[in-house]
Amino acid sequence: MADAAPPSKSRDLDKLLLRPGNLVGPTFDPGVQLRDDLQEYARVLVVGAGGLGCELLKDLALSGFKNLEVIDMDRIEVTNLNRQFLFRLEDVGKPKAEVAAKRVMERVSGVNIVPHFCRIEDKDIEFYNDFNIIALGLDSIEARSYINAVACSFLEYDSDDNPREETMKPMVDGGTEGFKGHARVIVPGVTPCFECTIWLFPPQVKFPLCTLAETPRNAAHCIEYAHLIKWDEVHSGQAFDPDNPDHMKWVYDEAVKRAELFGIPGVTYSLTQGVVKNIIPAIASTNAIISAACTLETLKIASGCSKTLSNYLTYNGVEGLHTKVTEFVKDKDCLVCGPGVLIELDTTVTLKKFIDMLEEDPKVLMTKASITYHGKNLYMQAPPVLEEMTRSNLELPLYDLMDKIPKDVLHATGTINKDDKKSSGLRKLRVVFKGIDGVTDMDMAGGA
Amino acid sequence: MIRLFKVKEKQRELAENANGGSPIKKQSAGELRLHKDISELNLPKSCSMSFPNGKDDLMNFEVSIRPDEGYYFGGTFLFSFQVSPIYPHEAPKVKCKTKVYHPNIDLEGNVCLNILREDWKPVLNINTVIYGLYHLFTEPNSEDPLNHDAAAVLRDNPKMFESNVKRAMYGGYVGQTYFPRCM
Repeated sequence: MADAAPPSKSRDLDKLLLRPGNLVGPTFDPGVQLRDDLQEYARVLVVGAGGLGCELLKDLALSGFKNLEVIDMDRIEVTNLNRQFLFRLEDVGKPKAEVAAKRVMERVSGVNIVPHFCRIEDKDIEFYNDFNIIALGLDSIEARSYINAVACSFLEYDSDDNPREETMKPMVDGGTEGFKGHARVIVPGVTPCFECTIWLFPPQVKFPLCTLAETPRNAAHCIEYAHLIKWDEVHSGQAFDPDNPDHMKWVYDEAVKRAELFGIPGVTYSLTQGVVKNIIPAIASTNAIISAACTLETLKIASGCSKTLSNYLTYNGVEGLHTKVTEFVKDKDCLVCGPGVLIELDTTVTLKKFIDMLEEDPKVLMTKASITYHGKNLYMQAPPVLEEMTRSNLELPLYDLMDKIPKDVLHATGTINKDDKKSSGLRKLRVVFKGIDGVTDMDMAGGA
Repeated sequence: MIRLFKVKEKQRELAENANGGSPIKKQSAGELRLHKDISELNLPKSCSMSFPNGKDDLMNFEVSIRPDEGYYFGGTFLFSFQVSPIYPHEAPKVKCKTKVYHPNIDLEGNVCLNILREDWKPVLNINTVIYGLYHLFTEPNSEDPLNHDAAAVLRDNPKMFESNVKRAMYGGYVGQTYFPRCM
């Protein structure tokens, strides 16, 4: 069988893609066609062109993916150069996405990488729908949460609450902090989404303000004093910008004065940056290992050449080396990736009637519901000021309040009465209006 | 999933020209949780809220507190709340907009309340924070000083603290600092 394969620069990849195996996914169909299709049809977006992003782009390109795009809002800084190996000294100040794309295209023939130098929020939602897989090389919870919400918003459920495969937007998420890292596979509707397991993130360490003001005990306290208290005192109204070197220098100088006053050693400029920007030194090898794992998962999702990671890999290289895979479970009531409750309505139903119906609906059983629709608060039970502002909506048809969209998602909060117990709850509702042209089945958007 | 990708790519090429997706505002999970918090608020009469950006922006709002007992009886104190998209993973950012002579609030409006920083937990909510703020006025605390001078006076001479608070609330100087009227 192996001799059927033509000589190829993708010799190693061919071992995975051209031969059958025991650990392959259910739809795996080995052959030259598969390899060619991957090159032609798989479109992968890399989010972030920093430590992980550089590695991801290089790994994906060398794994045979030919249609890549990368998005990053940052410019290259000198301190990036030790690990973000696609960048050179003369690149400092240029957009990361553009330089990274150019460098990988220079080195790997046949790959096309489109850079996007902007914030992830600047792109239309539809931009993200053009990709088959989204690979994340990010360093913040906010950005992950945003991309996750976007990817999950494409997910649709059928009338039996089963996720529809053709609407799934798989994500592969990498993350590193010093010698530790994680790689995970998120297939919305199948594996837990980012929001299902957001509790995994430890809370940030925050010092009490009065400790900073009164009894600093270490260098970080002195830095946070200068950053959080002294800055406002001196620069009334001017916001502190962590990316402005003058601001950072000011905070450093103030922190040094503070430390001298209390006889505390250890305030340095780099510690100041670390504390203020919450930076943990990045380790190049961790980025390389995590990106390799993410790229392999991307290849597995696309080709089916092996079952995917299920679903969360942790890596720890602090002492020796430890890796472990944990299978996290979905939150079935997740507001972002869950199906929500399907509700069929006539177009004449008013908001008030709808709220009353939620009390009776056996799958909802919610009293005193407040309703929000894509960020518009249709009705709020409290506080009085908002109740008054939204009261006039009660007599309007919900269909009109939802801009006459035949099927969409809204959210309700209120008191849930289940098994004689009352608890407060938040529910996702998939509303479908009956008898509207163009709605032939009950399938509908399950987006958050 | 490559077969699926292939089908989609062909659909995409067909749809390229017939583009008509309407941009929909993304509501973060944090916003939804905040919506729940706000719709369930149960505030004492002494607290009221306002939404300067209208009914659809819950991420930025103001709370005014009018203590009905204690040193600060009769004053009105305004707080601004700024809530992050990853709420409740992160505590709301709260500032006191009214200049106040208070041991736990500095002249820049920073507030020393444990649940806003080191003791914040995602199970807490906006209601807890507002009650926490209210509590600061009924029980100012010299143990966690942010305004060092006010804390020292409260600790060493409560009578003088009381008259300083009154003077500040009526609009006047305490030491070198002028406090606008907030009665």
